[in-house]
Amino acid sequence: MAGFRGAQGNLRLENVTKEFTDFLAVDDLSLEVPRGSFFALLGPSGCGKTTTLRMVAGLEQPTTGRVFIGDTDLTGSRPYERPVNTVFQSYALFPHLTIRENVAFGPKRRKQKDALKLADEALELVQMTQFAGRKPAQLSGGQQQRVACARALVNHPEVLLLDEPLGALDLKLRREMQVELKRIQTEVGLTFVHVTHDQEEAMTMADTVAVMNQGRIEQMGPPEVLYDLPKTKFVANFVGQSNMGEGKITGTDGDFLVAEVYGSTVRIRKDRTTVQSGNLVFGVRPEKVKVSRNKPEGIGNDVRGIVKDVSFIGVATSYLLEMPSGTTWSVYEQNLDLDRIDLKPGDEAWMIWDAGHAFGVEIEGEQS
Amino acid sequence: MSALAAHTPTPAPAGGDEFHTRRNGKMAFLLMLPGLLWLGLFFVLPLYQLFEVSLQSRYPGYPGYYYRDLNFHNYAQALTDYAPHFARSFGYAGLATFFAFVLAYPLAYAMAFKAGKWRGLMMICVIAPFFTSFILRTFAWSQILADEGFVVRFLNFFHLLPSEHIINTPVAVIAGLTYNFLPFMVLPIYASLERADARVIEAGGDLYANGFTTFRTVTLPMSMPGVLAGTLLTFIPAAGDFVNMELLGPQRGKMVGNVINDQFLTVPGGYPIAAALSFTLMAAILILVFLYVRRFGTEELV
Repeated sequence: MAGFRGAQGNLRLENVTKEFTDFLAVDDLSLEVPRGSFFALLGPSGCGKTTTLRMVAGLEQPTTGRVFIGDTDLTGSRPYERPVNTVFQSYALFPHLTIRENVAFGPKRRKQKDALKLADEALELVQMTQFAGRKPAQLSGGQQQRVACARALVNHPEVLLLDEPLGALDLKLRREMQVELKRIQTEVGLTFVHVTHDQEEAMTMADTVAVMNQGRIEQMGPPEVLYDLPKTKFVANFVGQSNMGEGKITGTDGDFLVAEVYGSTVRIRKDRTTVQSGNLVFGVRPEKVKVSRNKPEGIGNDVRGIVKDVSFIGVATSYLLEMPSGTTWSVYEQNLDLDRIDLKPGDEAWMIWDAGHAFGVEIEGEQS
Repeated sequence: MSALAAHTPTPAPAGGDEFHTRRNGKMAFLLMLPGLLWLGLFFVLPLYQLFEVSLQSRYPGYPGYYYRDLNFHNYAQALTDYAPHFARSFGYAGLATFFAFVLAYPLAYAMAFKAGKWRGLMMICVIAPFFTSFILRTFAWSQILADEGFVVRFLNFFHLLPSEHIINTPVAVIAGLTYNFLPFMVLPIYASLERADARVIEAGGDLYANGFTTFRTVTLPMSMPGVLAGTLLTFIPAAGDFVNMELLGPQRGKMVGNVINDQFLTVPGGYPIAAALSFTLMAAILILVFLYVRRFGTEELV
């Protein structure tokens, strides 16, 4: 037992699969989380991210595959044997215990003599000292969330798991807690694995984000890379917005591939596409696109559409344009120009972008 | 034009609110009225009547006749003559409550966490006995525990019964009480376990508590409101019960319920004593329950 609890190092999942009676939750998943990093598992509900987390916690056992921390194989060990703690989505505070007793629960089980003192220190870290004597039911959601963090952090686990811990909070509080959690992570230097379906949350907090879909990791990397160069159609849509259209590769031009999209000729850098020939999905981010009334001079990288909606947001203006195929592209243009382009719904307009921003991904099954 | 004016709603929103509160108050009173009437007619009035009877005195020389009085001697007599009966009532009820708890908790636990698709069936099994009369079921126990019954024969075969009998002993009474009030213990415990958040119990395991420690420090405390309700629902009726003693118990060494029953129905002129015993029993149970709730009560249970 002490063997499991003393495990140290990177968290590593090797070919982990979890099958429930009627569906496959996690499908042959492998990943490595470096010790001390903030890692986010991002995906829509039902993608298997929580199941993955529960297998790390020991609350579920993988059907096949192994879970390691450092060189210690934790597969098959019980939750209480692992140096891993969880902040549950519903906080799961013990309703019959005071806040201090809740936080002291872990240290007491590990027979630490100064359990209550440790609890007070942890409560200080999350700025909840003045609530130590209360019961969980007397706290607000945000306060309970802090206590749940303290209750896990007090144990200095090798890996801290956070299961959508901010899901129940309102937007403002959620933004505050994101900063707070990031601060705590930097301060205590533990490995954090954070599960969320909020791409903004994942990107602001994590060093590395893994985008999960249908039990598999679609793409993994630093947030900037995920956003700049999505490798699949799913990631392009789930992490930020993308303007996409199906096209056909017609040739090459130096470092670029040339493709036909919506009757226009576009260029994609060869190292920014996962497809080198045949059909592909062409994509470009809304803020990388400019609108223009007239067809611009140059060598393509533009498409024509019909303006459907123009909304002025202050710092930017957002345009929705209908493409020849019927799909909608959006353009997000910062209001830097002195005189705004006067476009109204129904007008015809051109969208232009720098070829270096375009990306290409494979046409998948009918995923949106 | 005049029709239009007549339909114009009266302004002044403040007045409207006042109107609403007043109407709500009246509505609440009307809704409570049947309950209050019921309580007054069938609880407060008989209770007062019983209290009056408990203070009546007998006409000397006319057995079965009483006059209105403030004869507190009835209480003194009830307590001195029947102290052992009180002790037995509380002792047997306490034992039955204990055994019911020991049997009910694992059952409720299994129903809440382990039963899966069998949960509905188990629930029916717990509730099904209510479809038969209480008296009939107790009679059935007199058959089960009879000297010719398989239980006694089995135990006697291995010489495990020193007295060779179960029927007409306190053991049979406690067994009957335990059986009869078991569902009242199972259901509240089940309800409180079922309501417990599975994540909270998982959190125990996540925070280094093994299975048994999680049960001791998380699951059991979380189900305390149910345990408290179950023990009260078992102890209170068991302490006042006389049917189990009547059908399964010995000839001598009865419980208070039996004395009250006898004094009311068979002893001429027993009414005041019976009434005094009833009141004493009620008061004793109230005090015991009060102390018990004070000691083990949680905020969740009023």
